[in-house]
Amino acid sequence: MGYPHQPHAKETVVLSQYFGDPEARTYAGWVKRGGYEALKTAYGMTPAALVDLVKESGLRGRGGAGFPTGMKWSFMPREKTKPHYLCCNADESEPGTFKDREVMRWTPHALIEGCAIAMHAIQAEVGYIYIRGEFTEPIRVMQAALNEAYREGVLGANALGSGRKADIWIHRGAGAYICGEETALMNSIEGKRGNPRIRPPFPAQAGVFSLPTTVNNVETLAAVGPILRKGAAWYKGLSLSNPKSTGTKLFSVCGHVARPGNYEVTMGFPLKDLIYDMAGLRPGRTLKACQPGGSSVPIINREETEACLLDYEGCVAQNTMLGSGGLIVYDDTADMVYQIMRLAKFYAHESCAQCTQCREGTAWTVRILERMLSGKGTMQDLDLLLDLGEQMTGKTICVLSDSCAAPVASGIKRFRGEFEAYITGARKPVLAVA
Amino acid sequence: MADSQDLVTLTIEGAEVSVPKGTTILEAAKQAGVLVPHYCYHPSLPVAGVCRMCLVRIEGQPKLQIACATPVAPGQVVNVFDTQAVEARKGVLEFLLINHPLDCPICDQAGECELQDYVFREGRARTRYTPTFAKRFNPVEDFGPDVLYVPNRCILCTRCVRFMDHAAGEPVLNVSERGDRAFIGIHPEHRLDHAWSGNVVDLCPVGSLISKDFLHKARAWELDKTASVCTGCSQGCNIGIETRQNVVVRLRPRPNAVVNRYFMCDHGRLSYRWMNRGDRIEAPLVRQDGGLTACNWDEAIRQAAELVAGAGGDVAVLASPGASTEALYLAREAAGSRFRGMFRVERVAEERPLPGVPGLALRAERAPNVAGATRLGYGECRDEQLADLGTAAVVIVVGDRLEGAAAAAVASAAHLIYLGAVLPEAARGATVIFPVTTVAEEDGTFVNRDGRVQRYFQAKSSPGMARPAWWALGELAAELGRGPAPATAAEAFDALAAGVPAFGGLSYDVLGLQGALLATGAPAGASV
Repeated sequence: MGYPHQPHAKETVVLSQYFGDPEARTYAGWVKRGGYEALKTAYGMTPAALVDLVKESGLRGRGGAGFPTGMKWSFMPREKTKPHYLCCNADESEPGTFKDREVMRWTPHALIEGCAIAMHAIQAEVGYIYIRGEFTEPIRVMQAALNEAYREGVLGANALGSGRKADIWIHRGAGAYICGEETALMNSIEGKRGNPRIRPPFPAQAGVFSLPTTVNNVETLAAVGPILRKGAAWYKGLSLSNPKSTGTKLFSVCGHVARPGNYEVTMGFPLKDLIYDMAGLRPGRTLKACQPGGSSVPIINREETEACLLDYEGCVAQNTMLGSGGLIVYDDTADMVYQIMRLAKFYAHESCAQCTQCREGTAWTVRILERMLSGKGTMQDLDLLLDLGEQMTGKTICVLSDSCAAPVASGIKRFRGEFEAYITGARKPVLAVA
Repeated sequence: MADSQDLVTLTIEGAEVSVPKGTTILEAAKQAGVLVPHYCYHPSLPVAGVCRMCLVRIEGQPKLQIACATPVAPGQVVNVFDTQAVEARKGVLEFLLINHPLDCPICDQAGECELQDYVFREGRARTRYTPTFAKRFNPVEDFGPDVLYVPNRCILCTRCVRFMDHAAGEPVLNVSERGDRAFIGIHPEHRLDHAWSGNVVDLCPVGSLISKDFLHKARAWELDKTASVCTGCSQGCNIGIETRQNVVVRLRPRPNAVVNRYFMCDHGRLSYRWMNRGDRIEAPLVRQDGGLTACNWDEAIRQAAELVAGAGGDVAVLASPGASTEALYLAREAAGSRFRGMFRVERVAEERPLPGVPGLALRAERAPNVAGATRLGYGECRDEQLADLGTAAVVIVVGDRLEGAAAAAVASAAHLIYLGAVLPEAARGATVIFPVTTVAEEDGTFVNRDGRVQRYFQAKSSPGMARPAWWALGELAAELGRGPAPATAAEAFDALAAGVPAFGGLSYDVLGLQGALLATGAPAGASV
């Protein structure tokens, strides 16, 4: 973990190496730390070679889905017949996740460099960095870095003297979680309401402005520079468990921990070490549950947590997902029913209102949970919640609806007793009205 | 059936169908005789894929797919009534109903409501959204001249939004707010007053967008619906006339892919009140002792025939371009060799197109059968030419209301035979008056500006002794020895088809409900 703490000995700092180092924010400071060397290397390569290199590194999307980045780039048309675009997804709005914020705050040039390399790989001349509107400081830092990059000739009509055109624009979000969904993000850039689009067509065929587009997460793009500098084999070697998950991953640890913040570990790192040794529980507390990938992933209990290895496959093996790496920790003081209601309420507030199951289901879920917390729930409500979760999963345009159902269903499955306590009256109501 | 290059063969609910490549499963299912329940999909609007009602099972695919947005693929096996698909749709219906008021007893849409229909077909008997939860409530909003928005009933299918965006090209509606607080919003400085905006009422699958004109006027199941053609302009939009106890209560568009797709303009939609006029001529009238006396049809036709037979000069026919093609033809036949035909038509300055549907507009020419009249030898006349009428030995007026200069012109004619539904002051000097039916009370045809001959059907009974103009004119021609009198509109049309080459080969059977182009084909609108 970088700022405000020193990195922990068990961390593998690649992306977070310069967190807390103000000099790394400037162009000069970044170049001094080896910055933009990777971009020079990239400009000496063909786009196809770049795609192959990233494929070889095993880098997978850090936004949540974990799709192989090189593969995603290879979906772009090889023969460029119309403009291509890169969209960098910096709309980090998932409750519990705050890694991209730090990447942008401390190493803006790492992101710019990653964007420029990706743009070359997908033959795009224009890239958009879509930053969450509430991120006022990261926006300021990114804009200053962009201005510098233009001034220093890294971007512009003759990027890095390569004769190539590379323009990057910052697009500021207006406060919708759903705009972090890639097709909603593209609609938002176009000035439309941020509604997810139905697929096909996929972004690589018709993305932003209906032109071939690749959308990558901030952390993904920031990792591209180091891969070019140190080689695909080095990155591929960063894997403690499953060889399909490579490199390092930033985990934003929050909740009931002593030292919340971002921790960077190698893929396959044991989750229990991250919680117990690095972030640390509060004195005298025991672990009850966690969500390793942000608010959208299934909640797992202590046993599952202690067995979980932090990579895409390891999380799935413990019935959850790696997601975006927003680790939410619940200790024995947590009221799981209340926590789950609070999560559901977030999704009910953020549903874009397109799909019926999501628009109505998220709000209905909240009402049932609120009623339960006010002491008026029934045992049938639990079955109803599970059934609604079933209806809300895998049937909509995007996965917001699924994301609301996942913590509810997984929570009921693991902590049914807490729900029943509110229903039977064993636990005092915490909400007045429902 | 073997796959040709452009056809894809797939199986839907056990039935094999071959459809053009690119067709959606929902459209292909229609051809297999299966209606996949849906709300947001509409064949004339861009696909939204948001209601999630049309979920179907495609064998080999892990997740259910929406039929409205999934294109067909060779060999696909689609199960619409797969258990999981039915369960998913049941879920959607339950979700839709949690915030939908069950105010069907006072809702105009009841009886023709897609939410009612599909809930009846596939929904749960009881909701699990127990009564302790309040339903979303927003007050009724006045959207435009003829549209009210009842947000409580809205299921956010966005058909109205897409219609205004893509068909009308006037994006004044949107989805406002998020989550279950969402509703259809209107631009704060605009009204829903586009010339075609009334279509959002038809598009709305529930009773959320409703017509003020039709508000609480009738229950859908009380209505008798008759295929007809709009008389508002020369576009010839296919419509249905909906009557309740012999009173026309609303006009709605009837699909015709080449004329009006699924739409009609507000001008046409709201011009039906005249069809319910009570001040009708109910019996034939003849001049006797300086006044008009009622008589039977035989006597009236005999007297009219005497006038025409004894006429020493031209027999001028001043016809309304709203008269049926059959009447226009038989008026010409009755006039015989001394026929001189003319018509007047209202023309306004500009057309009001529906930009999303090429070739569809509220036309400047505000009558349905100008092309038919032109084909049958009637010439458009301006007011200054009307004076010529006075030189004719007999003037037969078919439907023209004799407003303006026409009144004076016919007053100086030797004899006037007037055929009308109502009796204008200027026609009181007529020698013989035939009470005739309106477009809502007879069968007939119009020829639209593109030369498409289209049938309309009798929607309500006619008052008193009124008969279709084609019948009266056919009897008159027969009385004059000019061919047998047709007994039905179909026979009248057959006589027309035999007598006028442009109509050759056409018959009511050939025309059907979608019409057919005249043999010559050239756009009749070009003749103006």
